[in-house]
Amino acid sequence: MGAQSQAIAAQMVTANRLLDGATVYLTAGNGWSERFVDGALWNDKDSADSALKASDAAVAARIVVGPYLIEVATTGEGPLPTSAKERIRADHKPTFAPEVGSWTGRISD
Amino acid sequence: MYRYDEFDATIVQERVQQFRGQVARRLAGELTEEQFRPLRLKNGLYLQLHAYMLRVAVPYGVLSSKQMRKLAFIARRYDRGFGHFTTRQNIQYNWPQLSEAADILEHLAEVEMHAIQTSGNCIRNVTADQFAGVAADEIEDPRIWGEIIRQWSTFHPEFSYLPRKFKIAVTGAPDDRAAVRVHDIGIRIVKNDAGEIGFEVLVGGGLGRTPIIGVVCRKFLPKQHLLSYLEAILRVYNLLGRRDNIYKARIKILVQATGGEKFAAMVEEEWEKIKDGPLYLPQAEIERIHSYFAPPAYETLPDNEPAFETAKLEHPDFARWARANTVRHRVPGYIIATVSLKPESGAPGDASADQMDLMADLADAFSLNEVRVTHHQNIVFPNLRKRDLYALWQRLKPVKLATPNLGFISDIIACPGLDYCSLANARSIPVAQRLSRHFSDPRKLEEVGELRLNISGCINACGHHHVGHIGILGVDKQGQEFYQVTLGGSSKDDASLGKIVGAAFSEDDIVPAIDTIVETYLANRTGRDERFLDTYRRIGIDPFKEALYGPVPARRPAAE
Repeated sequence: MGAQSQAIAAQMVTANRLLDGATVYLTAGNGWSERFVDGALWNDKDSADSALKASDAAVAARIVVGPYLIEVATTGEGPLPTSAKERIRADHKPTFAPEVGSWTGRISD
Repeated sequence: MYRYDEFDATIVQERVQQFRGQVARRLAGELTEEQFRPLRLKNGLYLQLHAYMLRVAVPYGVLSSKQMRKLAFIARRYDRGFGHFTTRQNIQYNWPQLSEAADILEHLAEVEMHAIQTSGNCIRNVTADQFAGVAADEIEDPRIWGEIIRQWSTFHPEFSYLPRKFKIAVTGAPDDRAAVRVHDIGIRIVKNDAGEIGFEVLVGGGLGRTPIIGVVCRKFLPKQHLLSYLEAILRVYNLLGRRDNIYKARIKILVQATGGEKFAAMVEEEWEKIKDGPLYLPQAEIERIHSYFAPPAYETLPDNEPAFETAKLEHPDFARWARANTVRHRVPGYIIATVSLKPESGAPGDASADQMDLMADLADAFSLNEVRVTHHQNIVFPNLRKRDLYALWQRLKPVKLATPNLGFISDIIACPGLDYCSLANARSIPVAQRLSRHFSDPRKLEEVGELRLNISGCINACGHHHVGHIGILGVDKQGQEFYQVTLGGSSKDDASLGKIVGAAFSEDDIVPAIDTIVETYLANRTGRDERFLDTYRRIGIDPFKEALYGPVPARRPAAE
């Protein structure tokens, strides 16, 4: 399958976790991680599409919602999402320092 | 303020329990996401970039201190210690858990609040002039009509699946502080030649990707017919509004396609059939709702309060804040103050749980237990004795709630943008923060004077950029954030839509570009009493274009 599949820019499957909406990435072991660096990268279209299809099981199991593929670029700092939106998602927080409240959890925690 | 009757309390409580059951069924796998999504949206629960977001309705912007305290409690217990006040006078929580959403709604119900109809293709939370009932220039209190519309529109079975969302705003004063001309329906309380008070009804205004100023549908509507007339408008829209294309589904597109006069004629025809039916408002019912908004027991006070005047003389910072952030109250000896939620480096509209608690305490101490939310994302103390203003200011100042910038360039409307929103193309808040730092000198703010700057992170225009005197729209160009600038917008009585000044600016160039626009204004105005908007309307866009796109390398646009 991989040998004949169209080569593409690297892709990763991402979704939001059902319980809290957090950004998660599909790992090579078919698990889900909040860490972008744990996400499995696919360099051909068939593998990327298969990974996305496989993530339907996690949707059915009520682990995640709305999985989709994102494009990933290799940079001097390692792999990074190509779009600004996905870079912000990967950080799990807004790009500015909080003037009020906190990004890291409930302040009563 | 309005108090829930048994019927209101029952339907809100029932809705909480329904939603609790729906969440449980979703978590148990009995509902798919496709089935659950419309149900959660009907309860104000969105899924955004990092987490769920819960939008809570603040009907016509009125909050009791008890309600504000509950909002603080929810921010602290169920979120991350803050909330975001929006351009529709609502509050949004950015980090709730799905499993706790019903608990939050249960807490809200305890203080007569909810998230019903804060999403979906229905009639959304009705907004109103934040100075309702206390403004010196008011013809009549719009809260009464906001409440009557709220009761009619809540769970209205015919209008639960409109072609698209529907927003109504009401103003009771000639100085429009509710942006009624850019709403699906705008209602102006007016007095006719015979001295009778009724409504001028505007229709088909809106922002988004097709910004349009509303047109007059009826110049004068007697009060008792308000609901039947609104029902007629909604019925015509519900039948004829487009459902095949989400971008052409708002009533503004229907009104434009039909023509304002023809649309009004269709409404009149429908209205004739129903105007004297069950929606006719008997005077007794109007008076019943009116009684909830009876003026509080104001003291008889002299309008000239020596302690207030002395405090201003002794404390220039206080005097500056009082000049910028207060307006005249209709009762002598009282004053209306607006707390800016736009401190230097702040995220516009955000307030911490502690700040909300403090504002609730101050409302109890000084403002007859009530605050208001403005569509400019600020908080109003509507009922202050002038003699208490200095004490209030002293309590606000240490917690960054005394920024003297109301109506100035740093009093920025900004949507959450790409930092939170899954629809956005670019970030809004960091641009607002940088502008707030650039324009942080209160003397400079006063010198520049009234200048409304609004920022949206995408064409959906939640940040009202089209009607900012200066508007900034974030756009995505090959993965990079750029910012398009419009000039000359207004959401007031002289409503107008801003014109694009030229090519978009990069993230690095946007603040210098805005500075150039301000300096061009200062160089061209006839004097301090000519506002930015007036100068722009007098000299046109060309001087600004020349200043921005002339041969100055640092200010050259970064990309087309």
